[in-house]
Amino acid sequence: MDKSIFTPKKAADRTQPQELTLPVKPFKTHGGVHVDHMKNTAESKSEIMPVPAKVVIAMQQHIGAPCEPTVKAGDSVTVGQKIADSVSAMCAPIHAGVSGTVKAIGTMLMPNGAEVQTIEIESDGEQTLFPHIKPPVVTNRNELCRAMRESGLVGLGGAGFPVWVKLNYPPDKQVDTLVINGAECEPYLTADYREMIEGAEDIIDGAEYLYDILGLKRVIIGIEGNKPKAINKLSRIISERNLQDKICVLKLRTSYPHGAEKVLIKACTGRTVPAGKIPADAGCVVLNITSVGFIDRYIHTGMPLVTKRITVDGSAISEAKNVIAPIGTSIADIAEFCGGFAQTPKKVLMGGPMMGTALYTLDYPIIKQNNGIIFMGDQEAQSVQMTDCIRCAKCVSACPMLLSPVNIQHFVKTRDVDSLKSFGVMNCMECGCCTYECPAHRPLVQFMRMGKSIVKTGR
Amino acid sequence: MENNMPQRLSVSSSPHAHSGESTAVIMQDVLIALIPAAIMSVIYFGWQALMLIVLCAATCVLTEYICRRVMKRPQTIGDFSAAVTGVLLAFNLPPTINPIYAVLGSVFAIVVVKQMFGGIGMNFVNPALAARIFLLISFSQDMSEWSRPFFYLSSNSGTDVVSAATPLAQMNSGEPTFTLMELFIGMRGGCLGETCIIALLLGGIYLLLRRVITLEIPLSFIGTVAVIALIGGQNPLWHIMSGGVVLGAIFMATDYTTSPTTRSGKIIYGIGCGVITMTIRLFGSLPEGVSYSIVLMNILTPHIETLTHSRPFGTEVSRNAK
Repeated sequence: MDKSIFTPKKAADRTQPQELTLPVKPFKTHGGVHVDHMKNTAESKSEIMPVPAKVVIAMQQHIGAPCEPTVKAGDSVTVGQKIADSVSAMCAPIHAGVSGTVKAIGTMLMPNGAEVQTIEIESDGEQTLFPHIKPPVVTNRNELCRAMRESGLVGLGGAGFPVWVKLNYPPDKQVDTLVINGAECEPYLTADYREMIEGAEDIIDGAEYLYDILGLKRVIIGIEGNKPKAINKLSRIISERNLQDKICVLKLRTSYPHGAEKVLIKACTGRTVPAGKIPADAGCVVLNITSVGFIDRYIHTGMPLVTKRITVDGSAISEAKNVIAPIGTSIADIAEFCGGFAQTPKKVLMGGPMMGTALYTLDYPIIKQNNGIIFMGDQEAQSVQMTDCIRCAKCVSACPMLLSPVNIQHFVKTRDVDSLKSFGVMNCMECGCCTYECPAHRPLVQFMRMGKSIVKTGR
Repeated sequence: MENNMPQRLSVSSSPHAHSGESTAVIMQDVLIALIPAAIMSVIYFGWQALMLIVLCAATCVLTEYICRRVMKRPQTIGDFSAAVTGVLLAFNLPPTINPIYAVLGSVFAIVVVKQMFGGIGMNFVNPALAARIFLLISFSQDMSEWSRPFFYLSSNSGTDVVSAATPLAQMNSGEPTFTLMELFIGMRGGCLGETCIIALLLGGIYLLLRRVITLEIPLSFIGTVAVIALIGGQNPLWHIMSGGVVLGAIFMATDYTTSPTTRSGKIIYGIGCGVITMTIRLFGSLPEGVSYSIVLMNILTPHIETLTHSRPFGTEVSRNAK
């Protein structure tokens, strides 16, 4: 208000390298859609589920190479004990969430069609802790990466990218900003929101800790405007601890997909991650807000990632709530804990309705990056016949990656590899905005996936 | 719990939610937006106007139904696009035209322009406008007989009482006599649906609010017309409100199938429509050029599309990726 009207507009400043400041309002992003929030479970306190009789732990709980079991049938395991690891550079080890006996090393068909090994553990109900659990000694970034690898932490927002790989960026990248993802833009899901309410102190502790150990210049916590309680709570803690110069909470526009990494970086810092590059190329490292809370707890206790908070919702479940369950708990057990089914579920989603995977069986276990199970009844799961494209371009204006699904779908049909490449199909992150908006009900995301595989295989 | 145990789960590709929008809803919105102008046309030109609108819409729907049956393709009359084509064609006809020509035009629009190219979403020009041009060329005499508003109230039904010059024809042959207010409310001769500007604007606002159309095409089209009129030393408001610019800019040029998909493409397309319209009006022998301009720009749309397709996020010049 007190600015002179003659102050020239500083539009150009945003594109110039400038002194780093904490943003006051979000930067402009492209596209996005307005989805029904359906955050029915926002006020339900997380409930810790009783230890299930049996857990099945899949060896693929992250992006990258699957783990190899380090235990065999008949071994007894304890809570927090490492049971699988890999020598691959892109991997996070897996730990047992229950104590008991390894029943079998089996295999399981993942929803994406790949077969992975599983470790079945019969729980003894004792929940004996692994005796060697102790807080890690961390004095620099390398040690932090090592500790993060041992913690088994993967990006908890949904993609499951091993966190230690994220933090292990080359030193020449000049990372100066930590962006903490509290957008939680998927409908239904409130797992991150509950972390912000129940673990607000841990999040700020973790953010301050990472600020110091990574030598960053600022931490930006991006939260969508539909979570005012979380924004207020975190802001209050920041000002109580006098961290305003280091950490800020940024209220984001409530629009899907603000939690997508590249969109979030754009909204929080105004920087664009170049196509095909990682956030570190834009000087950022992005962590999910639950991951940050976990990092703080891990540094203090040394307890690896063995449980997960999951939002259980959808019209087919009796009691929608947030559940903390050991990794490997079957979805059928979780449904039972939530009072069983109010109606026969037609479709069961792992994740939210926009990017979640539809499961073919209720025996499927919870994995690390899982943050919601949605049991859809007949009404919600109804599919509509697709009709001819009318070129309305709603997909074009919805796409946060500035792609043109309307054109790409034709190149997929004609298997035109060159045009697919030049229209940038590989930049698609499958957020689902195009399909959500399409009045002709065309499965555009599926076309995009086909387009990517055509480019990858060359036919 | 056992009672409701699912036997089978359905799986599908994400996303598993939808906005609820459908082609039929969009087309219904267009029809709703056309209602004010339709009512005004009936007030100005009598029952004949209503008859033409219903006749064209019914013929289009019936023709589409028969086409799809003959071609053994899934039925598409339920998406209301044929009805929209029919109403728009009727809006582009003189009120006193022989109904047989209206039927002929409707059949042409659906069979030749729409279904022969593959049906909804595949036509390369606007079916209603192509049909209007087809009629204009085939029956130019009947297609340029304009009647005065409220001619049907007059007891004397001689031709000279009925026929009236359109503002644009007047301009070509001398001094215009219509006031801006008369043009705004549609007290003038012209095509059935193009005369009442305020009714068309109401419809346009409804379409904007329902997010059926965006501002780019109507604004750049009408803006270009105004700018060129100003340069040509004529009253821009007069040029906008006489003839079919408003109907064309809001309802015809914004046809999804035949207009570009990107923002910049839409602006180029709208400017092109305006330039061609004004070129025909100022330099051509025809009094009006909206239909031709839109159809010509329809044909250019694929090229505009190739020239303006947006660069994917992160591939633009990485000026701030420091």
